[in-house]
Amino acid sequence: MLAAAALTFSSGCSSSPAARAAVKPEAKRNNAPDFALKDSMGRTVKLSDYKGKIVLLNFWATWCGPCKIEIPWFVEFEKQYKDKGFAVLGVAMDEEGWDIVKPYVEKHQINYRMVVGTDAVAQMYGGVDSLPTSFLVDRAGRIAATHVGLVSRRDYQKDLDELLGLNKKSAVGGAGVFAFGLGAR
Amino acid sequence: MAALAFSLSAWAQGNLITADPPQKLVLAAGGAGVSRVTFRLAPGHHTNSNTPSDEFLIPLRLTWDAAPVEVVRVEYPKPHLEKYKFAEKPLSVYTGEFTIVTRFKAPAGAAKGLKNIAGKLRFQACTDTVCFPPKTIQVQLPLEIQ
Repeated sequence: MLAAAALTFSSGCSSSPAARAAVKPEAKRNNAPDFALKDSMGRTVKLSDYKGKIVLLNFWATWCGPCKIEIPWFVEFEKQYKDKGFAVLGVAMDEEGWDIVKPYVEKHQINYRMVVGTDAVAQMYGGVDSLPTSFLVDRAGRIAATHVGLVSRRDYQKDLDELLGLNKKSAVGGAGVFAFGLGAR
Repeated sequence: MAALAFSLSAWAQGNLITADPPQKLVLAAGGAGVSRVTFRLAPGHHTNSNTPSDEFLIPLRLTWDAAPVEVVRVEYPKPHLEKYKFAEKPLSVYTGEFTIVTRFKAPAGAAKGLKNIAGKLRFQACTDTVCFPPKTIQVQLPLEIQ
């Protein structure tokens, strides 16, 4: 059974507006389905490779204008927080694959890891029928927050502050046991 | 990169664009004629025009499987230049209702009779905050060659 069934994420209908979901309490987080996709060098990238890190998993496409706005934010986040156990992982949903994604990545000087997505992976994450759609995965491999559509950089920053423990009050998503869901496949 | 390709149909989306049924096109063998197809886009959405503002944006295209007649030219309406909060510059788009004109001609030896010819509109639509995968819708044009 697909783990998507267990996700609380709702991709909504085609006309769904941008949705803002704050970081969920740990008890309400579901496991992020693991996947294996290829990067531009043909290397396999698994979400489970990011064991112990906070991951901003961003589904996007080169033809998606709102996605383009977020990319410089993510480039900055990658620079700023990579030494704090954080990584951005882009999942490009372009049907042409690397033929179009690679030039885009080079043109926009994207500094984080990129893979090309598949329908199967999109389905694991609730369908991802509109872009951008991003998931913030905590250090235990659970989905802590979901953003469908363009939200503000400030929204992401607030989430990262919380998940990375940059807020003194909260240090959510501690090292814990990395537990990608059994139901992910 | 066929292994990486995925079917568009698997990406569910509603009918963001609908086509009004076009009027029957009547051509004499050896003659020419014009078809107009009006499309309606869901409120709050826009689609790239046939000449989008950015190299990575997907242009709107109407194509015909026109046999036994020939397509002389597809004429797209003048696009709007609209500013959206996700773009630095105005984008070349269609919104609401727009009509695409196709000029056809029938070969002199075209067989007389009735048939439907199929058109395909490929488009990629967005709102101010989200974009949807490229999609193709079909149009049936009734054709009579006299």
